[in-house]
Amino acid sequence: MKTRPHPSLVAGAVGFAVVVLVALLAPPLLYDTATAMSDTVRGGSSAEHWLGTDSLGRDVLARVLVATRLTVVLTTVATVLAAAVGIAIGTAVWVSGPRIREVGLRIIDIMVTAPTLIMALVIATILGAGPTASVIAIVLGGSPSFARLTANLAGSVAGRDFVSTARLLGVSPARVMSRHLLPNIAGPLTVLFSSAYAQVLVALSGLSFLGLGVQNPQFDWGSLLNGGLRSLYTTPAEALGPAVAITVTGVFASLIGDGLAATIDPRERTAPRRAPAVTAPVTPKAPEPGALLTVTDLSVELDSGVRLVDSVSLRVAPGEIVGLVGESGSGKSLTAMAVARLLPDELTIRAACLDLDGLDLTSTDSDPARLATALGIVYQDPSASFNPALRIGTQLTEVLRVHGKTTRRKAVARATEALRRVHVRQPETVLGQYPHQLSGGMRQRAMIAAAVLPDPRLIIADEATTALDVTVQAEVLDLLREINDRGTGMLFISHDIGVVGTLCHRVVVMYSGRVVEELTAAELRAGRARHPYTRALLAASPTLDGSAPGGRLATIPGRPPAPADRPIGCAFAPRCPLAVPRCAAEPPPRIGGVACHVVEAAQEVPTR
Amino acid sequence: MTGWIGFAVRRAAGLLAVAVVLVVVTFAMIQLIPGDPAESLAGQNATQADIARIRAELGLDRPLLTRFTDYVSGLAQGDLGRSFQTREAVSDVIATRLPFTAELAVFSLILVLAVALPLGIAVAARHSRRADGAFTLTTGLLGAVPEYVVGTALVVIFAIMLGVLPAGGAQTAQSLILPVLAISLPSLCVMARVVRREAGNVLSQDYIRTARGRRLPLLRLYLRHVLPNLLTAVMTLSGLVLASMLGGTVIVETVFAWPGIGQRVVDALLVRDYPVIQGCVLVLGLLAAVLNLLVDIALAILDPRSSLAGGNR
Repeated sequence: MKTRPHPSLVAGAVGFAVVVLVALLAPPLLYDTATAMSDTVRGGSSAEHWLGTDSLGRDVLARVLVATRLTVVLTTVATVLAAAVGIAIGTAVWVSGPRIREVGLRIIDIMVTAPTLIMALVIATILGAGPTASVIAIVLGGSPSFARLTANLAGSVAGRDFVSTARLLGVSPARVMSRHLLPNIAGPLTVLFSSAYAQVLVALSGLSFLGLGVQNPQFDWGSLLNGGLRSLYTTPAEALGPAVAITVTGVFASLIGDGLAATIDPRERTAPRRAPAVTAPVTPKAPEPGALLTVTDLSVELDSGVRLVDSVSLRVAPGEIVGLVGESGSGKSLTAMAVARLLPDELTIRAACLDLDGLDLTSTDSDPARLATALGIVYQDPSASFNPALRIGTQLTEVLRVHGKTTRRKAVARATEALRRVHVRQPETVLGQYPHQLSGGMRQRAMIAAAVLPDPRLIIADEATTALDVTVQAEVLDLLREINDRGTGMLFISHDIGVVGTLCHRVVVMYSGRVVEELTAAELRAGRARHPYTRALLAASPTLDGSAPGGRLATIPGRPPAPADRPIGCAFAPRCPLAVPRCAAEPPPRIGGVACHVVEAAQEVPTR
Repeated sequence: MTGWIGFAVRRAAGLLAVAVVLVVVTFAMIQLIPGDPAESLAGQNATQADIARIRAELGLDRPLLTRFTDYVSGLAQGDLGRSFQTREAVSDVIATRLPFTAELAVFSLILVLAVALPLGIAVAARHSRRADGAFTLTTGLLGAVPEYVVGTALVVIFAIMLGVLPAGGAQTAQSLILPVLAISLPSLCVMARVVRREAGNVLSQDYIRTARGRRLPLLRLYLRHVLPNLLTAVMTLSGLVLASMLGGTVIVETVFAWPGIGQRVVDALLVRDYPVIQGCVLVLGLLAAVLNLLVDIALAILDPRSSLAGGNR
């Protein structure tokens, strides 16, 4: 895709070009008008003098236009010097040894926070008020930002492979900087330059406004505004011209900066929005009797109509552990989060039935308190799923205190008990700690404790063991089993078919957003999986007793299709060793728990 | 505890270094004035005696090192010299002027936080491209308007055209409104944009999904789960905003004839009242450094990941 310049960038560049044009043309054309005195002193705006006249009867508009050149020249000189000095310092700091670098960065940090205006006062004291003093003060005040950005960016780029390679090859630091680093950090520096330009303009004009910058008989926008302020009560139009000029030019410069930033950083770019696809409404179906969780024909769609999850149906009986297994991208976590109603707003859910113990999950106004207590969730990454700013105790007791109207003491007592149930020693201490103070395994146990705390009917465990190392994984699996022994139903999402086979009662296999097979864990363990994809998954995972079938682990050739490119027929067909032409042509219906044309035809694939 | 001591020592050393630099700079700036400051101060019609008197007052007739030790020992006793112009002690000038500036800066920061935090969070939470675009454009445009232009515009609208608020001075509580608005607006825009960006980051974190999973009331979600995670960015920026407000007030005080330290230092500069400039620069600079230090300390205390927050790892 070709990158088009951001609209802000275009607007800013065009506007700024006009300012430059005025700076070029106004002085030769209007200088005499701007300096010619007349008898109309402080005249308001008139047909002859649009913005009126100043205290010496000079035309304000002409003065504003002529002043463009001096203002723009001073601003440009100051910004360029600030950038050059800053980049040089930043480079020097980065190129020098680690110790100097550290001290240098610290000094730069302090310099960045030093108020420019105070520096300007110092310089103006030494040199006397005037444009030179202003420019020097602004260079001093502005260069630390450039130095910091250069040093920081150089530091982050320097860690990358190609820079290390260059250094290993003995390229000198200065050359590494000019050839490898600067080109890579030019983008952010350009963005900083444009925003610095706007700030320099404001600061320079401010100094002139105070009478510390450009002095009579020269004039820039700041000094014109100063003159205007004095006659604010009589002729407010006099201040209008320079005020608008400073503001508008500053806006153009910041627009260029914003536009550049947006062009360089695609995250800021607004993606073209596609019209939402029209989908046929789903006929609601009743939940299955006796089921704890009923999911019927659940689809999760993007705005574009692409289905990330396509007509998934499954059920969990009370006290049952159902495993949902598939490769990453198969839609298993999306399915789980759709059930938990925790999908981002951009995704649309459609379902014929989404029912948890009589609670309709498709309706957006179902009772939050019931939902929060009926469903416990164990999230994938325990280190990211706890709020780093809150104590474990606060996060564990929150559901009880907000929804259960439990007192603080009772909630803490129950949280302590829940932590004890997941074998946390010293639960009182843990409750007072922050997430970062716990180990990964402890965090996941605390997460499980949080999930079981309100005594939910169903627990969704979304890749609950994936981020953990093997020994901790085994502990967590034991914990989940214990919780299930007390009658809590569980939807266990994992990409690890081995783990699913040992923990679950029933297993649902997903591929590319669809369910391809549903079977009991006993069948799975006995190798009686029938769908070629399930069989391939089994062959690709080590068995728990350590022996791999056939001695070596198999791999599944190819990759799952992206949801947008999902074929009309069976999504697995392109990777399937057993595929027949019919597989690509029509989607296989799910018959006897398996959705496969070949298996259906053979009734039973011969077992190994 | 060792964490605290190390932290305190490091920060105190940093502050001391800044103070030393400030003392040296304020001393050196008088020495660096090209030509003979006494001569230019005295003016063209001055007699030799006048110049000698001014020179003696500036201490220019003594050796450099003596002058410096005198300056430092004077500072140590709180003696910042006397104004050439009014003969007041500079320490008195600062003592009468500083509270006015502090008043402006504090009220402005409160306004900035009170508007920028809810606004930034609300825009981030909306998740709407249109709201985002409008927000970015508005804050971009308003933020680019310098405080002296805002101030001038406010005077024209509220004091001259509507006549509802005083244009200058500090006689009534209403006098505070316009200068505070003028100083706040640019910082407010910057702060709101930072809050919006940070809140966007926080809202996309897994732990916010966890909190949503607890089906909390929205107010609790934002106050309890989002806000604490914005504090680092907001406090850091607040420190910078306060420091830049010390500079910003210099200009705004001039617009509104606000009797703060900034207005005084500009007046002093225009008549080369060196002792006043020295004293004000020293105090403003120190104030900026102290503010930064306070922010650092507050951050260290509030961030649970720092070893100072009672964490026992």
